[in-house]
Amino acid sequence: MADRAAPHLGPRAGRQALTTTVEAYLLLASARVRSDWQYRTSFAVFLFASLVINVFDFVGIAVLFTKTETLGDWSLDQVAFLYGAAGLCFGIGDLLVGSVENLSTKIKDGSFDVLLTRPVNALVNLTASEFTLRRLGKIGQAAAIFAIALAVNDIDWTPGRGVAVIVMLGAGSVIASATWVITASIAFWLINTREIGNAFTYGGGLAISYPVHVFEQWLRVLLTFIFPLVFVSYLPALYILGIDSPLALPDFLRWSSPVVAGAMVLVATRVWRRGLRRYRSTGS
Amino acid sequence: MTSSRTGDPETSIQQPGPAVIETRGLTKVFTLRTRAGALRRHRRDVEAVNDIDLVVRAGEMVGYIGPNGAGKSTTIKMLTGVLAPSNGSVRVLGLEPVRQRIALARRIGVVFGQRSQLWWDLPLADSFALLRTVYRIDAATHRRNLDAFIDRLDLGPLLDTPVRQLSLGQRMRGELAAALLHDPELVFLDEPTVGLDVVSKHEVRRFLGELNREQGTTVLLTTHDLSDIEHLCRRMVIIDNGTVAYDGPLDDFRSRYGTHRTIVVDLQEEGPPLDVAGTDVVDVVGARQWLRFDRRLTSASQVVTAIVAQRAIRDLAIEEPDIEDMVRRLYDGTAHAETGPQAP
Repeated sequence: MADRAAPHLGPRAGRQALTTTVEAYLLLASARVRSDWQYRTSFAVFLFASLVINVFDFVGIAVLFTKTETLGDWSLDQVAFLYGAAGLCFGIGDLLVGSVENLSTKIKDGSFDVLLTRPVNALVNLTASEFTLRRLGKIGQAAAIFAIALAVNDIDWTPGRGVAVIVMLGAGSVIASATWVITASIAFWLINTREIGNAFTYGGGLAISYPVHVFEQWLRVLLTFIFPLVFVSYLPALYILGIDSPLALPDFLRWSSPVVAGAMVLVATRVWRRGLRRYRSTGS
Repeated sequence: MTSSRTGDPETSIQQPGPAVIETRGLTKVFTLRTRAGALRRHRRDVEAVNDIDLVVRAGEMVGYIGPNGAGKSTTIKMLTGVLAPSNGSVRVLGLEPVRQRIALARRIGVVFGQRSQLWWDLPLADSFALLRTVYRIDAATHRRNLDAFIDRLDLGPLLDTPVRQLSLGQRMRGELAAALLHDPELVFLDEPTVGLDVVSKHEVRRFLGELNREQGTTVLLTTHDLSDIEHLCRRMVIIDNGTVAYDGPLDDFRSRYGTHRTIVVDLQEEGPPLDVAGTDVVDVVGARQWLRFDRRLTSASQVVTAIVAQRAIRDLAIEEPDIEDMVRRLYDGTAHAETGPQAP
């Protein structure tokens, strides 16, 4: 993504580049998984702890509903749908590219320079080399809640809604991944940026687990126009669950997630490339 | 990897082979921000590398040395495409390092002595297997190179050991093999012998010497240990404060800066420092004194004769200048020549 080895390459070479990029990712990620396997006990303990933490995370929301019947007119079942979808998308994004948050550390300790001496795209190398299945804890919890939500919600199943569920999860994961890359890229400009990134990634994932119309306007604007995370779960959920939003947004937005995902990928690529270029011209 | 060695086809009698590294006015400026009060910051530009012209030809083995912070690593980072130059031009293997980083990475090998490129928690053999895919090395080449390295670097017993359990010397042998599996035409070694014991150092040097002689691989090597240079490099480039302080053959350097020898004399009795024309007493420890003299102005025998005329002596030895002293003298500016002969 960041390096154009030969700008004159045609579309066929482009497809080949994509295959080798995916291949490189899988190779490096699997090497990392094998490395983690050396510490199986620690891995198992972590995964268990992460499951427990995530279960309690949802318990927090459930407790809220013992005091109130609805949240912004949404029932617990409907919020569970939102929560599961947001959790799955951000969990998948975290699994695939979440380790990009190590960029700040790697720049500081100089290992990012070493990474640039490899004939592999720097972003692929960075995300795959730190790939960890520990992040499956969040995905497992979110998948369970999402499955339950699909069963308990009274969804008027049509082929369109079936497709919408798949598209929501796919586009949502892409949007979440792009958010990770964009926020981690700040490290090219500022040091110690991990917390800034986490505010948007983990914070964003948490925020869109709730119906966004319950938030103040500034936060809704942020989640719609700046980091358009409402396209991850909230807007598709309106369509799938057949709910009207008090925000009176145009209907086409409910179907716009793939377009937003594409735009986010473009922005993420741009920001990453620009950051990398800046890093290489200002140095460590 | 096909080794179509591109570059400047011009050749000269003294240094045959096309240029594999060619820099003109290579400069890297870093901006440092230092605190000056609660909110104010001072910005200061520091030229880490300043106007370096460097040509390295195919098959050369060049020692690139200098004190900490002299700009060695920054130069290597610019040559490998990690950092973009602030000014000047750089071509490596006919490529522009930053713009063509990945294409270049396939054709060069890089070893950082202080930082592992191997997969820490996996057996050494796994790293070699992974690199085959990362560098897209064809199976036959990979097998042939791996067999050769296992033999020459005695890696056989280490293959099943996780890298984290290897000793530093063992790991460095692994790093070398890893950096060379894809038949790089040019190898950058940043402090390859740092922290190694004498035996490991010797093995690493022997291997690098063979690589350069037999494969014709071009090597650029930075080191603190100047005996690496003495054993391996005919040419050395000394960098100080970001500029080239000397570039030329090691032998020339020695005759230019190695003009001083030292006589170590053990006197029968302790006494005041000797007063011998043409010498300086540089140290006195008990009855032992060190006298330094310029061999162009006076000879060892003249000095010895003068000492014997003054005092009774028990023993004496003559120390040849080592390369570290010479480099120190170069930095101190005690020698008059500012720069050595430039490579033609």
